[in-house]
Amino acid sequence: MTSLPTTTERKLGLVIDLDTCVGCHACVVACKGWNTVADDGAPLSDVDAYGPDPVGTFLNRVHSFEVTPDDGGAARVVHFPRSCLHCEDAPCVTVCPTGASFKRAEDGIVLVNEDDCMGCGLCAWACPYGARELDLAAGVMKKCTLCVDRIYNENLPDADRVPACVRTCPAGARHFGDLGDPESEVSRLVAARDGMALMPECGTKPVNRYLPPRPRDVTSDERLDDAAEGSDRPSGFLGWLDRMLEAL
Amino acid sequence: MHPAASVIVFTTLSGAGFGLLAFLGIGEPAPTGLRAFWFYLLGYGLAVAGLLASTLHLANPRNAIKAFREWRSSWLSREAVLSVTALIAVAPVAFGRVFLGQDWPVLGVIGAALCLLVVFSTSMIYAQLRTVPRWNTPLTPVVFLAFALAGGAILAGRLQAALAALAVLGCVQLAAWIVGDRRFAQAGSDAGTATGLGRIGRVRLLEPPHAGRNYVLDEMAFRVGRRHAAKLRILSLVGAVVLPGILLATLGTGVVVTAVAAILHLAGALASRWLFFAEARHVVGLYYGR
Ligand code: SF4
Ligand code: SF4
Repeated sequence: MTSLPTTTERKLGLVIDLDTCVGCHACVVACKGWNTVADDGAPLSDVDAYGPDPVGTFLNRVHSFEVTPDDGGAARVVHFPRSCLHCEDAPCVTVCPTGASFKRAEDGIVLVNEDDCMGCGLCAWACPYGARELDLAAGVMKKCTLCVDRIYNENLPDADRVPACVRTCPAGARHFGDLGDPESEVSRLVAARDGMALMPECGTKPVNRYLPPRPRDVTSDERLDDAAEGSDRPSGFLGWLDRMLEAL
Repeated sequence: MHPAASVIVFTTLSGAGFGLLAFLGIGEPAPTGLRAFWFYLLGYGLAVAGLLASTLHLANPRNAIKAFREWRSSWLSREAVLSVTALIAVAPVAFGRVFLGQDWPVLGVIGAALCLLVVFSTSMIYAQLRTVPRWNTPLTPVVFLAFALAGGAILAGRLQAALAALAVLGCVQLAAWIVGDRRFAQAGSDAGTATGLGRIGRVRLLEPPHAGRNYVLDEMAFRVGRRHAAKLRILSLVGAVVLPGILLATLGTGVVVTAVAAILHLAGALASRWLFFAEARHVVGLYYGR
């Protein structure tokens, strides 16, 4: 059924810390690996992998942006992982003609039943975030499953019952949990760091949240002046050095 | 958006085909016998050819039959259900006229309404998408319906209706282009809202996530040159509206004139439909600096 559930018991999702992400793409590789070897569903294929025009299916992509502050401060680089946000008002689900796309009432995860998908691609058009990619080999739509085959998997040790991207992130920039529970760790992170929803104007009500980079320390002009060659009266260590050198 | 040939051909031909079937349904001089046979053959031919073309862009056509399931929520499913319903609903009227010399006007009107609903549902597949602001306006169904009515009237040889529909089509097409050119900016998405980083400052893509192409870029990051688009707009308007209008108004609706007018109109309609896709910008491009 591609009608959306009115509410979901839980809202499982990711919180991604843009302050901490170092842009290493480990999550991209872990995701690709897990979803290529996992039993259920078609693997994430590559076409022409070693040829001149390789193209492959990925459920997570890391962009790097440059942000120049409005107040004229120094520009900074922000690494930005992009994957399905498991939206509450997921337009990708309601457009699906076959019923292949659905949102689970129990935990809010948005999934594709590959046995029903006809590969029309309309759901990918409906997603503002480019989170869905049609697998060119299998002809079915692929998207982040929030590693539904890991998080409930009793054959895995506890530590591994999180999405592969979260498990692998060396910077600890990815957090997994129930964003519907205000007391959960992820919800508290969002509250403390003013977590953002992406493109709210598209009306999708994403579950995933992004934590904005923390403000940078601002170097005070005074100390820069002190250090600059030709400033008349340096203070602190430089001043001391200056005086010592003069005394020689 | 990538202008896929299968979808352009499908929406244009099936639009004209259902438009023709609609006009046949409300036929004042209802054609009968062999004349009716050719008309219905053309209407069914265009509609069905279009629908078949649409299956060409499915990556997994084995499951196409399941597209009839989700009509409660999905416009694409509604389109599938309605088009089959309309084709079936028109059949008894066609049969009556071709083989029995009979006319059942009430059934005809019902069939005509269903044919126009098919075109409407096709247009809503695009108009519903907030991710493509140019499409996300009531003008999208209006333009699709105007094309279907104009094409249908020309093919059905209805002079008055064709001239009126062409005049309306010219106006709504121009309006759609003018309004459409501003829609992306009006929708308010930019790299700042896409990343959330707009609250800090000006956002620019520094490094894309992958060097090559991918499905999302292939499907949704098509850009057409401005001058290219402007020229095509003029050609499309001249072909779809101006020339058929002049031809029909001066030379009437003989078979040859109708055929020439219809071909010109459909060529213009194809150009317009190509632009409909090629000029449409998807918000996901913002993540790629496009
Ligand atoms: S991010 Fe895209 S694919 Fe995921 S639920 Fe939202 S609209 Fe659907
Ligand atoms: S590509 Fe598959 S999942 Fe997506 S809308 Fe089409 S049938 Fe549904």
